[in-house]
Amino acid sequence: MSISVKYFASVCDLVGKAEDAVDCGDIRTANDVWVRTTSAVMPPNTLVAINQEHARGGDRVRDGDEVAFLPPVTGG
Amino acid sequence: MRVRVIDSALDPWAEVSVYQQSKSKIAGRFGATSIFVGTLRDQNQGSAVSAMTLEHYPGMTEKYLTRVSEEAAGRWDIMDSLVVHRVGTMLPNDSIVVVAVWSAHRDDAFKACRYIIDELKTRAPFWKKETVEGGERWVSADWG
Repeated sequence: MSISVKYFASVCDLVGKAEDAVDCGDIRTANDVWVRTTSAVMPPNTLVAINQEHARGGDRVRDGDEVAFLPPVTGG
Repeated sequence: MRVRVIDSALDPWAEVSVYQQSKSKIAGRFGATSIFVGTLRDQNQGSAVSAMTLEHYPGMTEKYLTRVSEEAAGRWDIMDSLVVHRVGTMLPNDSIVVVAVWSAHRDDAFKACRYIIDELKTRAPFWKKETVEGGERWVSADWG
């Protein structure tokens, strides 16, 4: 098992990939997932989703979770 | 209640008409239908816009469209609602989204429709990238 990671829109452009996967290991939070999977600085307005629910960067993540990093949404 | 994300041309009036005709249970009961249609303009932030591409987060998008529709149904006395949102590449004058709400009276229909589109714009994971002179740019949420 591992954590699947998704990056959308301008965040995808920033990190240069749309998806990744990382072993849970000592990862505890969504912010840890970011640090482990990219060398880019997270833009301050970045949103986090865990298992397709809006969440916070400091929220706990677990093996098998889907973690996504999103810019502020602009639909409608 | 229905939510749909489509990657082809959106005809909001046909969507509303077909959906309403399919809901025979509310025929004769609703007295108000409130409809919001979002359409791509040919200019934004002082630049001519020649096209726009909408990206979304499949799965999470539908989840949040359903959630805000359910929230509206819980807050106001409505009989049904429809949300259809387009993704992919579109041109100025193309419809982007339609929200329709059916209720007995206009106040609930207006308020529920307004709630759904407002919440969609702040919570549903869609992102607009405009094609303007000189290239493409992501639309900022700050631009309203």
